[in-house]
Amino acid sequence: MTADRDSALLRWLFLAPTMLGIGVFVVLPIVGSLALAFFRWDIITSPQFVGLENFADLATDRTVGISFLNTAVFVVVAVAAQLVIAMLLAVLVSSRMPPWMRVFFRSTFFFPLVLSAASVSILMKYLFNESYGVINWLLSLMGIPTVPWLTSPQWAMVVVIAVYVWQNFGFSFLLFIGGLSSIPTEIYEAGSIDGATGWRQFRHLTLPLVSPTVLVASVMAIISALQVFDQPYVLTRGGPGDSTRTVVMVIYESAFRELEFGRASAIGLVLMVLIMLVTAAQFRLARRFVFYQ
Amino acid sequence: MTRRLPALAKYSALFVAAVLTLGPVWWTFTTSLRPAAESFSLPPSFFPTSPDFSSYAAVFEQIAVPLLVLNSALVTGVVAIGQMLTAAMAGYVFARMEFRGKNALFAIVLSTMMVPVQVTIVPVFMIIRGMGLSDTLLALILPAIPTAFGTFLMRQYFLGLPLELGEAAALDGASPWRTFFSIYAPLALSGMAIVGVLAFNYHWNEFFRPLIFMISEQNYTLPLGLVTLQGNLGTGSISVVLAGVILSMVPAVVVFLFGQRYLREGLTAGSSK
Repeated sequence: MTADRDSALLRWLFLAPTMLGIGVFVVLPIVGSLALAFFRWDIITSPQFVGLENFADLATDRTVGISFLNTAVFVVVAVAAQLVIAMLLAVLVSSRMPPWMRVFFRSTFFFPLVLSAASVSILMKYLFNESYGVINWLLSLMGIPTVPWLTSPQWAMVVVIAVYVWQNFGFSFLLFIGGLSSIPTEIYEAGSIDGATGWRQFRHLTLPLVSPTVLVASVMAIISALQVFDQPYVLTRGGPGDSTRTVVMVIYESAFRELEFGRASAIGLVLMVLIMLVTAAQFRLARRFVFYQ
Repeated sequence: MTRRLPALAKYSALFVAAVLTLGPVWWTFTTSLRPAAESFSLPPSFFPTSPDFSSYAAVFEQIAVPLLVLNSALVTGVVAIGQMLTAAMAGYVFARMEFRGKNALFAIVLSTMMVPVQVTIVPVFMIIRGMGLSDTLLALILPAIPTAFGTFLMRQYFLGLPLELGEAAALDGASPWRTFFSIYAPLALSGMAIVGVLAFNYHWNEFFRPLIFMISEQNYTLPLGLVTLQGNLGTGSISVVLAGVILSMVPAVVVFLFGQRYLREGLTAGSSK
């Protein structure tokens, strides 16, 4: 029947670009990465099979170890900060206020997401400059000694975290606004009759009801934070020393600076497995803490 | 919600948060309007009393801004359109047509969404190189057009449209092509707008892939060009770099002002319900 033949043709034609594209640019590379991790290749000479040597190297390499540590610290602090700030603001913005104000605040907190991480890092680099940055100038106005933001190993990480959270909290904020808006107001009325107000209301009423959204927000925030690159690269290039070098930076440098493509693939695979494990762990935890209606 | 919240505390907190959020961008704007030599002198300027646009002119002299903008615009435009079209087509098939292995295929598509770009970037670099496309804009465009997330969005979108439309069309003897082009496609436009706006925002602001694929400066995109500018200028003439940053933000802000709804819907789409 022509309709069937037309259907089949349409199916193939319509799926082709996407399936072909995903096949060539995603599936093939994943397989390629898996294979490449067992080789040493500098793109110029031919690849050499080295078995598990890349992975063994990773386990002992100091820079790689530091980068995983940095990334872990970054993820824990940045995501915690991001989620807490986003939740606090979402609760405030969801409360009673003139609609125009709600729209204003919602747009404002969403705004940083629209900018490029590189541009944001460029301007933040100036703001946090030790000698002429506005942040230190404000501190000096308040009589607080200036901070060597980007030149000190400890503070540099603080800056990277702050810049990242500034840019990304809006996303979690939006998710929380959505989650909070689906809680019917009658629940709060019923709750307040029983004496649940303020913090108790939040902890025992709001939080459980919004927990599915918290799960989604934290999964996405963690996956995103594990892949951080633009901010540390532009702000500090991983320095001072190695204090802000993240895993993705090490992947980038292994491949495109040291021309160790096999090694870079191996690190990438470890990162991917880490992402999957952390995500799975979250869903496990969710069984205890997430409450579905 | 919490009706008992003291209004003063609430609005103060929100006000402070808003200042902290918008402040840095405002500072960027006002500082870009200071004469270059004054750009890093303190106190900073928050209210430009005599705006000086010379930094904007200087940006055009330092880096080939029109070229950067052209490159960014080309990549972003072609990717956005490409994504809208391919995602709509694939999403339609997954939503409205039946064939063996459809669900398995879609599951594979979905799972590729979980793979971080850093895992595939090295092999993609090699594939692009093998195709002879390194250091060309196509290196950024081609891998970016097929979109698992966009396909997912469009499929959701088509699933939300009534089945009766297609059935009525079939009863009237319309071919599958007619059914798509005359009936479903026009309805898909706002779903496509979401895909397009998200793609625009992501690729206009992208830094990682251009950093890797582009070697010659004439192929740089805007974020890459600006970071290079900051590196070259060092600590002199902040206002010039900031002028460049403001310029690069303009299209994103315009899209934000007009397409905010689409951005929000798109970003929260996969996560609710």
